[in-house]
Amino acid sequence: MSNMLEVKDLKAYYGPSQALHGISFSLAKGGITTLLGANGAGKTTTLRAICGMVRAEGTVTIDGEPVTGKATESVVRLGVGHVPEGRGTFTELSVEENLRVAAYTRRDKAAAARDLEMVFTYFPRLKERMDQQAGTLSGGEQQMLAISRALMLGPRLMLLDEPSFGLAPLIVQEIFRIMRRINEEAKVSMLLVEQNAALALDLADHAYVLETGRVVMSGTSADVKSDEQIRKSYLGY
Amino acid sequence: MATTMTTETPANGGAAAETVPLSGLRRPVSKWIWLGVIFAALLPLIGGQTGLISNFYFLQLSLMIVYSIAVLGLNLLIGFNGQISLGHGAFFAVGAYVTAILIDRYEMHYLATLPPAMFVCFVIGYLFGRPALRLEGHYLALATFALAIAVPQFLKYRHFEPFTHGVQGINIFKPDPPFGMPLSPDQWLYLVVLACAIVMFIVARNIVQSRMGRAMMAIRDQPLAADTMGINSARTKSITFGISALYVGLAGALHAIIFEFVSPDSFRFELSIAILVGAVIGGIATLSGAVIGGFFVQFIEKYADALTKWVTSTVHLPIHLEPWTIYGIVLIVLMYTMPMGIAGGLASLWRKIRPPG
Ligand SMILES: Nc1ncnc2c1ncn2[C@@H]1O[C@H](COP(=O)(O)OP(=O)(O)O)[C@@H](O)[C@H]1O
Ligand SMILES: [Mg+2]
Repeated sequence: MSNMLEVKDLKAYYGPSQALHGISFSLAKGGITTLLGANGAGKTTTLRAICGMVRAEGTVTIDGEPVTGKATESVVRLGVGHVPEGRGTFTELSVEENLRVAAYTRRDKAAAARDLEMVFTYFPRLKERMDQQAGTLSGGEQQMLAISRALMLGPRLMLLDEPSFGLAPLIVQEIFRIMRRINEEAKVSMLLVEQNAALALDLADHAYVLETGRVVMSGTSADVKSDEQIRKSYLGY
Repeated sequence: MATTMTTETPANGGAAAETVPLSGLRRPVSKWIWLGVIFAALLPLIGGQTGLISNFYFLQLSLMIVYSIAVLGLNLLIGFNGQISLGHGAFFAVGAYVTAILIDRYEMHYLATLPPAMFVCFVIGYLFGRPALRLEGHYLALATFALAIAVPQFLKYRHFEPFTHGVQGINIFKPDPPFGMPLSPDQWLYLVVLACAIVMFIVARNIVQSRMGRAMMAIRDQPLAADTMGINSARTKSITFGISALYVGLAGALHAIIFEFVSPDSFRFELSIAILVGAVIGGIATLSGAVIGGFFVQFIEKYADALTKWVTSTVHLPIHLEPWTIYGIVLIVLMYTMPMGIAGGLASLWRKIRPPG
C-alpha cells in the first residue's frame, strides 16, 4: 500500500533565510501522523511547503502524485484540506458563507451538499449558527468551523496546524474526539501539527519531532510516549 | 418573544446571548430603497414640469450619480477585496476618452459607446492588476498613483492628437431625448445616468453575493486561508481590479456625455483622491455607502472652496483659511466620529435609537 503523503529532503525558505533543512517523513493511507516540536521548530512551514505556500525544494508526493512546485490551488484540488495556523476565519462572512467559500473548487454540487450534511453530523453546533457572523464565534467554534471548511473540500488528506491552540481543555477534548471520528468514518488521513505532545500522541499513530528545521526523533506514538528520555529532552513533559 | 431570546445558548461564555446580525448586504433590499429609486425616477416629471428643479440641478444630480458609480467601483476593490488604489481617476479618464473619441471621430450613438468604454477599462484594469497585485499595500498604492499621474500626460501626447485633440480636449454635444419626449436634454440624461446606476448597483450586489464575491472577501479577510480553500488569489484579485476599473470607466463615459467635454486636465490626480475619499466617507464595504460617497465627491468639487470662503466672511474669523480648509476639517471630523463611513455610522445609530423588537 502506497503512502498518502511522502516527504523527502524538504527544504523551505523565507526570502534568504532557510526554515527547513531537509526533512523527510511519511504518512500511511488512513493514518494520523503528528509533527511535534517547540515554537519556531518549522512545523507550520512544513505544512505550507506541502501546499506550495512557501519556496521549497525536495519532493512531496500525495497519494503517488508529485506536487512540489505546484500552485496552492492545484494541491488543494488533489484533496488536501489545510486547517491553517490561527484558524483563518473569514471574520466578516457568515458561518454558512465560510463553508460555501470552501465549496469554491467543487464542480459536483450534490457531493458538496452531502459534505455539508456530514459537517453538521460532526459539528451540530455550527448548524445552529449558520447565519451568525463568523468573527463573533467563540475560539472553539471557530476551530470547528476551520475543520468543517477543510472537510467541505472533500479531502483525502487533512493538514491540521495546532487545532488545540488557545482553547480550553474541555473543548480541545471534544474537537480531538471528532477528529478521530473523521479519520475513522470519513477515511481522511491526517497530518497533525501540535505543541501539546501528550494530546497529539494519543491521537496519532506515528510521531516526528522537529527542532530548528530538522527531524531529530521519530517513531510510533507508543514508542515515543513510553520513552522517558525523549519525553524529557524533546517534549518537555 | 422574550423567552426564546433567553433560551439561546451564549456564544462567548455568556457575553453575547444574541446572534449577531449580518451586515446589510445579505438582507433583502428594503422597500425604502425602492421607494427612493421610484421617487428619483419621477423627479423630471415632478420637479421639471413644475419648474421647481432647473436643468442646472439635474446636471448636478447626474454628476452625483455618476460619482456614485465610480465610488461603487472603488468600494468593490478596496472594501470587498482589500486592495488599495490611488489611481482610479485614470480609468475615469480612459472611459471618458473612449466615449468622447467614439462620438467625436466615429460618430457613434452615445449609448453605444458605453460598452466599449467599459470593456477597454476592464481590460486595462485586469492587465494592470495582474503584475501590480504582486505588490503589497503601499507598493500597490504607489503603482496606482503612478498610473493616475501618467494618464493625463499620455492624453496630451502629440501623436495621439488626431484622436484626443491634445490639451484642447474634445467637445461633444448633449443628445436630445428620443421619441420627442417632453424632457430637456439634462432631464433625459439624468434618467439615463440613473438607469445605468440602478443596473450597476444590482450587478454589484449580485457579484458580492456570488461565489466570486465570497472569494473576494475571503482574500480580504484572510489571504493565506483563502489560498487553502483553493481560491486562485492572483486571478480573483486581477478580475476584481478589472471590474472595478469597468465601473469607474462607465462613470467617466457618462461624465463625458453629460458634461459635453473632456480634456486631460479634467482628470488630474485630485479626481482619484476625491473618489477614494468618497468611498471612505460613504463606507468602504457597503454598497449603499457609494451613493453617499458619490454625493460627497460632487459636493467637494462644487462647494468646498465656496464654503471655506463663506465661513471666513460670515464668521469673521481672525485667521485666514486656505481654500479647501473646511473640506479637510469635515474629513477629519467624519473619520473620527464615523470610522465605518457615513452609511455604517447611520446604520449603527439607527440600531441604537430604534425601538426594540
Ligand atoms: N513569514 C515568515 N517570514 C520569515 N520567517 C518566518 C516566517 N514564518 C516563520 N518564519 C521562521 O521560520 C521558522 C519556523 O517557523 P514556523 O514554521 O512558524 O514554526 P512553528 O510552526 O513550528 O512554530 C522560525 O524561525 C520562524 O521565525
Ligand atoms: Mg506554527
